Amino acid sequence: MLRYSIRRLLQSIVTLFIVVSAVFLLMRLLPIEGYFGERNEKLSDSQREAILQKMGLLDPWYIQLGNFYRNLAKGDLGTSSIYRKDVPVLEVIAPRVPYSVRFGLTALCLALAVGLSLGVSMARHKGRLVDKIGTAYVVLVNAVPLAVYLLFIQLYGTSLLKLPILFDKYSPSSWILPAISMSLGGIAGYAMWMRRYMVDELNKDYIKLAMAKGLPRSTIMARHVMRNAYVPMAQYLPASILMTISGSIYIESLYSIPGMGGLLVDVIQRQDNPMVQALVLIFSSIGIIGLFLGDLLMAIFDPRIKLAKSEASR
Amino acid sequence: MIRNKITSGLMSADAMLMAADGVSGAAPSHKNDELDAGLFTLAQFDAVAAERSGYSDYSYWKSTLRGFLKNRLAMFFLIALCSLLLFTFLQPLLPGQKLPTKIYIDPDTGMQFRNVNPGKEFWFGTNTIGQDLWARIWSGTRTSLLIGLIVGIVEMFVGIAFGALWGYIRKLDGIITEIYNVLDNIPTTIVLMLLSYILRPGFKTMIIAMCATGWLGLARFVRNQIVIIRDREYNLASRCLGTPSRRIIVKNLLPYLVSVIMLQTALSIPGTIGWEVFLTYIGLGLPVSIPSLGNLVNEGRLLMMSPELRYQLIFPTVVLSIITISFYVLGNAFSDASDPRNHV
Repeated sequence: MLRYSIRRLLQSIVTLFIVVSAVFLLMRLLPIEGYFGERNEKLSDSQREAILQKMGLLDPWYIQLGNFYRNLAKGDLGTSSIYRKDVPVLEVIAPRVPYSVRFGLTALCLALAVGLSLGVSMARHKGRLVDKIGTAYVVLVNAVPLAVYLLFIQLYGTSLLKLPILFDKYSPSSWILPAISMSLGGIAGYAMWMRRYMVDELNKDYIKLAMAKGLPRSTIMARHVMRNAYVPMAQYLPASILMTISGSIYIESLYSIPGMGGLLVDVIQRQDNPMVQALVLIFSSIGIIGLFLGDLLMAIFDPRIKLAKSEASR
Repeated sequence: MIRNKITSGLMSADAMLMAADGVSGAAPSHKNDELDAGLFTLAQFDAVAAERSGYSDYSYWKSTLRGFLKNRLAMFFLIALCSLLLFTFLQPLLPGQKLPTKIYIDPDTGMQFRNVNPGKEFWFGTNTIGQDLWARIWSGTRTSLLIGLIVGIVEMFVGIAFGALWGYIRKLDGIITEIYNVLDNIPTTIVLMLLSYILRPGFKTMIIAMCATGWLGLARFVRNQIVIIRDREYNLASRCLGTPSRRIIVKNLLPYLVSVIMLQTALSIPGTIGWEVFLTYIGLGLPVSIPSLGNLVNEGRLLMMSPELRYQLIFPTVVLSIITISFYVLGNAFSDASDPRNHV
C-alpha cells in the first residue's frame, strides 16, 4: 500500500513536471502583444525589444524554462500584464481560490449524494416512471451541450425561482443555482453508473443468497452492494473532478462568480499571457492531483490493487 | 464430385437413421433379425439439405440491424436526423431563400431590418444587424456539421492507428501508456482553450484543437479491446502461419471493433458541436463573419435579457439540441444493437 502510494506519487510528479514544462514552452509561441497591453501602440520596436529583454523573453527556451522553475520554487508566477497591470499573478488569483474551492466541493458533494440516490431509486423502480424520467434527464444532460442547457437554467431558473441572476457574495440565495448547475453533469454520471451497477449486482448469486437468508434489504444494501460499489465509485471520482473544472470555467463566468474559472475566461479575452499561463498551470495541477487522489482512494478501498495492476487496466 | 459423394453418403446415413427408428418401433415382430428390404427407401440427393448444417443462420449485422430497427425511439430520431440533414443541405437550393451573410435593408425607410420578429418575410426573424436568421441557422448548421464530421473522421483514424499500435505492439505499450497518462491528466477544456488561444481563433485552429484532444478516448478503447482479443487462438494461428502484423490488425482485429468505433464517432459529433459553443463563448471561436451554431447561440445569448428578442437564442438552440440529441440517442441505440449479448 505504502509502496504503491509512493510510486503513484512519483508518477504524478513526473506528469506534473512534463505538463508544466509543455505548457510553459507552448506559451512561448504566443503573440507577444500579450505582454505589453495598451502600451503596445505607443512603443517603438527598440523599446519593445528592451522590455522583452528585461523580461527574459529573448533568451533561448531552456534558459527561460530554468528561470521559470527557479521563480516557481520561490512561489513567483510572474506579474499580470493587462488584467491588473504589474500586480503579481498570485496576488490576483489568491482571493479567488476560496470561491472556486467552495463551489467545486459543494458541486461534488451534491453530485455524489443526489446522483447516487437517483441511481438507486432508478434501479429499484426499473422500467417505471422514475426510471424513465431519470433516463431522460441523463440523455438530456449528456447530449445537449453544457454551454446551452446551463444558459437556459440561468435564464429561466432565475426567473421561475425568483433568484438573483448574478452572483453576489452577500446574498446566500445567489449561491443556489450556480452550485446546482455545476453538479448537474456529475449527477447524471453517477446516476447512470449507479443504476447499471445496481441492476447487475442485484442479480448476482450472493445477493440472492443474502435475500434467501432473510436479511433485511437495508443490511444487504449497506453490507454487500454498497461495499462493493466503493471501488468503481472512487475510480469515477477523478473524472467528475475534471468535469467540475470544465463546468466551473463556464458557470463562474456566466454568473460572474469571482472565482478562478471566470478569471481564466476574462484573461483569455483580454490576452493577458502571464495570467493565462498561471491559471492553466493551476487547473492542470488540480486535474493531476485529482487523479492521484482517486487512485489512492481506490487503493485504500481495494487492497488487491498494486501499481502493476492499475497500469494494466489503463 | 468427391464432395457430392461425401454428402450423399451422409444423406444415406441420415436415411438409415430414420429407417432405424422405424425398425426399433417394429422390432418385436421380427425376431429372426431378417432385414426387410421394404423398410428402406433410397434417399434422393438434395443439394439444399446437403448443405444444411447444425448452425443457425445467425448473422452479426443482420441481428444488429434487427435490434436497431426494433428500437422505436431510435427510428424516430433517425428519421428526424436524416430529414434535418437532408434539409440542411437542400435549403440553399430551395426557391425564395435569403443569403446568410447579407444585411437586408428596408426599401421604405432605407434602414436595416433590425431585430424583426419572426414573420412572413423573415421566417425566423432577423438579428441585430438585419441578417436573416433562418438562412443563418441552416448555414451555421452546415458549418458546425462540417467541423464535427472532419473532427470525427480525423479522430477515428488517429484513434484507431494509435490504439492498434498501442494494443498490439508490446514494446510500445509502456511508452504510449505513459504518454496517455500525461495527456489524460490535463482537463480537455484546458487543452482546447490553450491550443485555440495560441493558434489564433479560426476554422483550422478549431479543428486542430479538437482533433488534438478527441482521439485519446478512442485510442484507449481500441487498445483495451485489442489487448483482450489479440491472443485468442485464431490470432495465434495466424501469427504461427506467418501473417504480417499489419494484416492481422486490419483483417483479424479491427472488424471486431467496428461497432465501438462507429459509436465513438457518432458521439464525437455532438461533442464537437458542444465544444464549439463553449469556445465561442470564451471568445476563441470562429470569426463572426462565418455563421456557425456556436456563433448564433452566442449572439442570441447577448440578447437573452430582453424577452422579445429571445427568439434569436431559442431557434439556434432548438436546432442544435435536435442534432446533438439525435446523434447521442442513435449512437447509443446502435451500440446496444451491436452488442452481441443483446442478440437473440
